[in-house]
Amino acid sequence: MRPVAIIGIGKTAFGAFPDRDLRSLAVEAVGHALTDANLPAASVEAFYLGNFAGPSFVGQNHLAPYIGTAAGFTGIPCTRFEDACASSGSAFFHAWQSVAAGVYDIVVAAGVEKMTSQSTPRVTEILAGAGDMSGEGRAGATFPALFAMIARRHMHQYGTTREHLAAVAVKNHSNGAKNPLAHMRKVVTLDQALAGKPIAEPLTVYDCSLISDGAAAVVIVPAYRAPRYTSRSVRVCSVAQTSDYVALDSKKDITCFPAVQSAGQKAYQAAAVSPKEIQLAELHDCFTIAEIVASEDLGFVPKGQGGPWAAAGCSALNGSLPINTSGGLKSKGHPVGATGVGQICDVVMQLRGDAGERQVARHQVGLAQNLGGSGATCVVTILKAA
Amino acid sequence: MPAPDSSDATVYTETIVHSPPEQYAADAPYQLAIVDTDDGARLTVRILGKEPHERAHIGDRLSFVEERDGVSYYRKSALPSPAEEFSETPRPLV
Repeated sequence: MRPVAIIGIGKTAFGAFPDRDLRSLAVEAVGHALTDANLPAASVEAFYLGNFAGPSFVGQNHLAPYIGTAAGFTGIPCTRFEDACASSGSAFFHAWQSVAAGVYDIVVAAGVEKMTSQSTPRVTEILAGAGDMSGEGRAGATFPALFAMIARRHMHQYGTTREHLAAVAVKNHSNGAKNPLAHMRKVVTLDQALAGKPIAEPLTVYDCSLISDGAAAVVIVPAYRAPRYTSRSVRVCSVAQTSDYVALDSKKDITCFPAVQSAGQKAYQAAAVSPKEIQLAELHDCFTIAEIVASEDLGFVPKGQGGPWAAAGCSALNGSLPINTSGGLKSKGHPVGATGVGQICDVVMQLRGDAGERQVARHQVGLAQNLGGSGATCVVTILKAA
Repeated sequence: MPAPDSSDATVYTETIVHSPPEQYAADAPYQLAIVDTDDGARLTVRILGKEPHERAHIGDRLSFVEERDGVSYYRKSALPSPAEEFSETPRPLV
């Protein structure tokens, strides 16, 4: 396998954009990434697009060529990847494989979702389709409900508290308030987070990520070619994608995600990096409990200690391992199909030293973790500053 | 789809859903749980009842009520009946 580098990143703002359609968001992100890479669209050899539910949210199928042609790609393979909220993590994994294997030299991986044109109950129902609709979905399980049940069990087994969950929300909102592309640039206090409207007990509205529109894109090439295009490339050390049961009730212990644990182990091993060497991470905080569980599954903190660790400030901007410096899905927003590649863009910004007010002091090695459903797909990527 | 299972069960984890999907809007708020049945299955089920004393917690025992449209409905076991509650009220010594 050949070493691979990211030579361009591009994101739209995440938010509610009633006057923007799905295609224009994706085309904007791809355009920013190509400009950043100093490359024309005509040089791209393949297009890998992550999207969860375009057909349900906006009634459009066949999305990859629909977007690819509008972005200026002609005649190349354009393919959509769907793995729930890990759709663009999956697109990035397959794009990386194709370059690493020597199939292509210039590839674009992107993700997009347009969610805000639907009502909240309808969005809830579409998202529930990422679970097992023959069992848990039929019983009335929403994604907040599934993660609420994970939180309840984590509280029961490890003593995690509502205050621990709220601390994650407070931290991520504090970071997101400093991110010009974040959906909800608003600081929240611990008291506000604790007093939020209940969504699925014990989770309140402050424990849940946002329904957002947005897109993100990256351009990747073999590492040896990167200096031809830019002096600001970032090395892809490893990408690992894993899977597990879709139904939460198929798992023996719901306080951990085997797919996250194994994706982490594979990514650490392939990159020859240990969890202790990670200096910043974007973790998939679709709900506050998910960030806590991911910090345990990825070996940043012993099992059960994720809550106290976050509440002690260890994962804050100035902590020992800053997590979700972008604001995370909680504050930056969660246009589900765009999230995986969006996280990679956010890590690249930190590694390049381009994160402005959110810039962390140590920024040589970063990790992105993208989760699909209640742990059925996970993609972990480890990146290093060139 | 899990096979219908009519045995009693123990709560593994639970939540009360306040923000339902469109199709279950009329049911909210409702209690959802993952349970371990006495037959050894783990299922996602509904727990009936809206009163505080009907709410089930982790470890609580549940009685099977019915299976409807592929969903199992349970009720918290051994709820004190109104008569029992009355009988437990301390009586004045006269």
